[in-house]
Amino acid sequence: MRIALFVTCVNDTLFPDTGRAVVRLLERLGHEVVFPENQTCCGQMHYNTGYRRPAARLAVRFARTFDGADAVVVPSASCAAMVRDNYPRLGAAGSRLSRKMADLGPRVYDLTEFLVDVLGVTDVGAYFPHRVVYHPTCHGLRLLGLGERPYQLLRAVRGLELLELPGAAECCGFGGTFSVKNGDVSAAMGFDKARHVAETGAEVLCAVDNSCLMHIGGTLSRQRSGVRVTHIAEILASTEKEYAHA
Amino acid sequence: MSATFLGLPPFPEAARSAVGDSRTRHNLHKATHTIRGKRDAVVGELGDDWRRLRAEGERIKTHTLRHLDHHLERLEESVHRAGGTVHWAADAAEANEIVTELVRRTGETEVVKVKSMATQEIELNGALEAAGITAYETDLAELIVQLGEDLPSHILVPAIHLARSQIREIFLDRMSEWGVPAPPGLTDDPHALAEAARVHLRELFLRAKVAVSGANFAVADSGTLVVLESEGNGRMCLTLPETLISVVGIEKVVPTWSDLEVFMQLLPRSSTGERMNPYTSTWSGVTPGDGPRDFHLVLLDNGRTDVLADTVGRQALRCIRCSACLNICPVYERTGGHAYGSVYPGPIGAILTPQLRGMSSEVDRALPYASSLCGACYDVCPVAIDIPEVLVHLRERVAEGPGHLGEKAVMAGAEAVFGSAGALDAVQRAAGLVGGDLPRHLPGQAGKWTDTRDVPDVPAESFRQWWKQRGKGQR
Repeated sequence: MRIALFVTCVNDTLFPDTGRAVVRLLERLGHEVVFPENQTCCGQMHYNTGYRRPAARLAVRFARTFDGADAVVVPSASCAAMVRDNYPRLGAAGSRLSRKMADLGPRVYDLTEFLVDVLGVTDVGAYFPHRVVYHPTCHGLRLLGLGERPYQLLRAVRGLELLELPGAAECCGFGGTFSVKNGDVSAAMGFDKARHVAETGAEVLCAVDNSCLMHIGGTLSRQRSGVRVTHIAEILASTEKEYAHA
Repeated sequence: MSATFLGLPPFPEAARSAVGDSRTRHNLHKATHTIRGKRDAVVGELGDDWRRLRAEGERIKTHTLRHLDHHLERLEESVHRAGGTVHWAADAAEANEIVTELVRRTGETEVVKVKSMATQEIELNGALEAAGITAYETDLAELIVQLGEDLPSHILVPAIHLARSQIREIFLDRMSEWGVPAPPGLTDDPHALAEAARVHLRELFLRAKVAVSGANFAVADSGTLVVLESEGNGRMCLTLPETLISVVGIEKVVPTWSDLEVFMQLLPRSSTGERMNPYTSTWSGVTPGDGPRDFHLVLLDNGRTDVLADTVGRQALRCIRCSACLNICPVYERTGGHAYGSVYPGPIGAILTPQLRGMSSEVDRALPYASSLCGACYDVCPVAIDIPEVLVHLRERVAEGPGHLGEKAVMAGAEAVFGSAGALDAVQRAAGLVGGDLPRHLPGQAGKWTDTRDVPDVPAESFRQWWKQRGKGQR
């Protein structure tokens, strides 16, 4: 299958390793990955902060960039949810945007959804010999309803010990511009999330969204907890061969 | 003195001090997690039935609000037929005037009150006080708040921010000023506290000639008002006095008696986490020889028809005041209710208050941002109010207004960068040159980030640069 990667602006700029991991993983599974270079940002920050018109213009840009793709894979549950749940609200009924999104929306997937639902794999042949906890980010959990999918993928990773995260379903407090507009509450939520993570004794915290991980990871780092954070794609892309080379 | 929310700072500032209050944080964490657990159990046991009840609750409320004028007129006729009197109040001042005048006419100078959000909303106690009438709150938690000259911090459990040791102190210090004092050796044992409240209130119930209540529901076809409660104190107020005045928001109407079947299941399970609440009182007008001889229904608008005019925001009027969204909200759990500057705190307050009061004040404009948009509130709402959707909608109204110049500049700058892949690439390359040497503390708004969290290193190469290089290598 020819898969269009929407890497997202945050991953593109700050976490290119995640994008590279998605490419490595999908190619290893025998698929062709394309990166439409006109892509930029889904507009979630604008939309969630109340800037509807710029968000709508970015939505049009997205629809144009990915028009005709068989499948669009996004290594960010919240950006995937923005495209699938909120784009239809941005275009007036019957507008070009809403018609295009009615067609394209159902083919936009978070990475874990794509692996489990479309490719039908849970064992992607990964190797990651570490104690890991998974934080189900809010938009992955409640908007996309990822459910068991990320856990199924992680349980199939060789060498990986999956630990249970207390209070897993609770928001980490990132919330985009919430993290600075209400910095004190955001920090208090992040502190509690980081404490729960550290208490599990995990070496690595993973999630389907690097923006949440940037917030929790930044807190874990400030607390000198020793826990590192990584996108689930990087765990799933990791193989025994790469470990032997490292 | 009745306490008031007027003059409190906007949410981010109010939240800062709340977040730093260790005792309140502890009390709130304990209380919200306990109720959450109970709710999960009694909602979970219904399985798919819950989904159907929720859809039906949403349907009834949406339909009723769409034909609100019709149902309100039917309610007025039914109440009138049953021997009650209906008054229409456009705003808080009108409602307060009506109630004050009704009490004055009885010649009484005190009233007992059933827990009521509508009367909190219009600050009725203060208005009565100004007219020389004392209002006694009889709901246990409202009593605690009133005695402590405090403000309610939760819709269902107004004293949720207090621990029992604090309640004991309030009882010992203040009860004597209002009536029967607390027994001298009072402990903070819940049974002892309840008994002190019982003795204190019993005297008021037997003495009072006038009661003021709200209502959870008003049934249009029978003119029946309904109050759900846990303590039985509401039942005392609703049955013992000679005159009963009920102040009810116009959105509380349901068309028929059988509609209650749905809400009587949705509300207790969502609010207290019980299959059924201990006391449900219903009354239709007056019945000779049984209960109040004079009944007045004050139907309150106070901004509600404005809310109804907003096609996205109007879903907030479906709210049945269960508080499930407060109990699940990670923001509410850390700030408590006072930070929201309104009798309606938490997620529902963040969408209801700015709509009811309008968004002319800094406090009301800050409320739609008091959420990380995590969506837990929508999941638990028994009438499926999409709170995140309304929050974003209200943020649009704020962003379209004046001010926020710094933010508008940032958003415009971001759009310019994201408007072209070339511009994004140029910014990424420039950032890559600066590389991983970002200072530990960033200036300006970004400092809000680095106050408590480290920043990631900026990679030397963006993903799109890597992709371009890779393409060249493959060719």
